[in-house]
Amino acid sequence: MSVDIAIRKTLRADDRHFELDVAFASAHRRIVIFGPSGAGKSLTLRAMAGLLTPDEGHVRVDGRTLLDTRMGVDLPPRDRGVAYVFQDYALFPHLTVAQNIGFGLARGWLNPRRRFHDDRVRRWLDIFELAAVADSYPVRISGGQRQRVALARALAAEPRLVLLDEPFAALDPALRGRMRGELMALQARLDPPLLVITHDPADVEALDGHTIEVRDGRVV
Amino acid sequence: MGTVWLPLALSLKVALWATAINLVLGVAVAFGLSRWRSHARELVDSILTLPLVLPPTVLGYYLLVLLGRRGVFGEWLDRLGIQLVFTWQGAVIASTLVAFPLVQKAARAAFEAVDPQLEDAARVLGLREAAVFFRVSLPLAARGITAGALLAFARALGEFGATLMIAGNLPGRTQTLSVAIYAAVQAGDDRTAGIMVTVTSVTCVAALLLAGWLAPAHLRRARP
Repeated sequence: MSVDIAIRKTLRADDRHFELDVAFASAHRRIVIFGPSGAGKSLTLRAMAGLLTPDEGHVRVDGRTLLDTRMGVDLPPRDRGVAYVFQDYALFPHLTVAQNIGFGLARGWLNPRRRFHDDRVRRWLDIFELAAVADSYPVRISGGQRQRVALARALAAEPRLVLLDEPFAALDPALRGRMRGELMALQARLDPPLLVITHDPADVEALDGHTIEVRDGRVV
Repeated sequence: MGTVWLPLALSLKVALWATAINLVLGVAVAFGLSRWRSHARELVDSILTLPLVLPPTVLGYYLLVLLGRRGVFGEWLDRLGIQLVFTWQGAVIASTLVAFPLVQKAARAAFEAVDPQLEDAARVLGLREAAVFFRVSLPLAARGITAGALLAFARALGEFGATLMIAGNLPGRTQTLSVAIYAAVQAGDDRTAGIMVTVTSVTCVAALLLAGWLAPAHLRRARP
């Protein structure tokens, strides 16, 4: 797995002005972008996923060019093969746990059916011990379960890279430690390359990957 | 009793058509406006709200100027064999126009309340924009849109001014309930007018109760 990115973007909102200029390359299976909030970590992640278009630069994953402003390449998010786990998980409130996990497996105009579970969905429900809440809605499950649903939903699409935005910030401290362990165990078992952003030094220590520090929109 | 049921049936037919048309048109325009980043957006929104504040007779007059025999599109419609003046289809157009802002405004508010992150999540999971709309935005806005549609239905049911201007007052053909009430009162038939007034009131109250029950406050309770 290799990630190679260099992006520049100037953001203006009212009288504020932010310059994002991040570049790094890594072949590590676990990349951790560390920095205080407002450093531009989430913007970097959004640019990798195709949710934000940089003014210039490139994003390459495994040698595949997802974005290159000079070559005029800018793949839409759906074609990037990159999964995104949002900070507060962004689970679809109108869909059950099983429907959320199977969401990306159905590409048409209709959501997965409520009562029928695809084999692949059942496999992910088992891996994440979510079978008991398969037909529950996201409001009805615990914080830890919500995170597992978000991870299962991201992994079900078989991405080349999983981006995680502050994956433990929404959890209470006791659960945080356990979920860090779960994420590490998961990677040992399934080998999805991870790129995690965090402001928490404890995450950096626990994840023990290639750490890239970002401050004021730049790699330190 | 035919004097009551015929206008009621016609009113329901006209109001249902007007609501159905607005569900497509109002929702499409609302979604477009909610995603459109331009300074002209609020200007367009104001123009689209005009039917809510202009007197219905003025709207009816505009419709006559546009769609009437000697109107702007009159000759063109005539050649296509479409006759809107003094027909129930004309009443549908009048009701649609008058009720349009109610659906559009409710739908726009509902679309703007959808967390954009959920739409981003759907994009990253491999969906095209149309699929994002039908699988995420529309279901999450559905309650607000339904509430707006019920208000529009009630409004269309009570439409009087614009309907009278374009569709007239032809018993059995274009005489809707509200027009029939006016005619009955003019004719001194207080009993018929009283029955029709009661029927209209009950139907409108039922639609409003349903709309209130589907209002955003209810939606918030169902969410995390």
